[in-house]
Amino acid sequence: MKAALITFPGSNRERDMRMALTKANGGKAPLDVWHGDSELPKDIDLIVLPGGFSYGDYLRCGAMAANSPIMREVKKRADSGTRVLAVCNGFQIACEAGLLPGALMTNAGLQFICREVNLRIETTASEFTRKYRKGQTIRVPVAHHDGNYTLDADSVKKLEDEDRIAFRYADPLGTVAPETNLNGSVSNIAGIYNAKKTVLGLMPHPENATDPVCGGMDGYGLFESIAESLA
Amino acid sequence: MKARVHVSLKNGVLDPQGRAIGQALHSLGFADIGEVRQGKLIELELTGALAAKPKPEIEAAVKDMAQKLLANMVIENYSVELVG
Repeated sequence: MKAALITFPGSNRERDMRMALTKANGGKAPLDVWHGDSELPKDIDLIVLPGGFSYGDYLRCGAMAANSPIMREVKKRADSGTRVLAVCNGFQIACEAGLLPGALMTNAGLQFICREVNLRIETTASEFTRKYRKGQTIRVPVAHHDGNYTLDADSVKKLEDEDRIAFRYADPLGTVAPETNLNGSVSNIAGIYNAKKTVLGLMPHPENATDPVCGGMDGYGLFESIAESLA
Repeated sequence: MKARVHVSLKNGVLDPQGRAIGQALHSLGFADIGEVRQGKLIELELTGALAAKPKPEIEAAVKDMAQKLLANMVIENYSVELVG
């Protein structure tokens, strides 16, 4: 797998992401790409938009990054089927860029939330989650202020019908309820796919659960899945 | 010539910040306040060829800016006001 890791001014999870990708990809590190670059090498299999606070969250989270030079190239590649993994601020950027539907608003409780959460794997029919079991609960960290996924009811139904909801905020047993809704997201949604299931966006940080001595291994399956799918 | 773009959340989109502001006003004794909605105001100075154009054309150009960047049409509405 040849991965490209995009860094924007204000990204702060790119190192963690690089470690997770490198570990799952047989020691092969991703290519580092800067926001001001306007081209990607032809043979890239996976583009990763990491977490952080790109451009200081000016205007709206992800709005400025979505219009940076590299994102024109990312959109072009995504349209032609290159896989995209968008985490946290990356998810916000992907929504702002129109790669994924919906928007991420301020958490319903107005507070920045930094803790571990339980996610239920909603589908394993994806290159990103095939190493998990459907309905399995994984424990990974979140760290965000604007993770309140917002989408109109008809579009949520469409996501459900098309099996495009990737993760939901749940309890440790996998029960999804209003009490397990971390941040006000519609239908407890923590992550979604685009129509072709080639783009995954999620607010939690699976890259920060890929080492047994630091946060556990629950997020590693996602990186193993991608590396295996794109090998 | 200036353009003022008012960006506000669409009806039905929950505005937790507006709600918190409303609660704060209540706690200050301003009892007669119902729902509070927070938006933003973006003021653009118009220069060069754009400023010399007729108003409908300027308005169309600013609307284009609002739709492409200033507002997120999934959750927000905008209105454009030309001043001066």
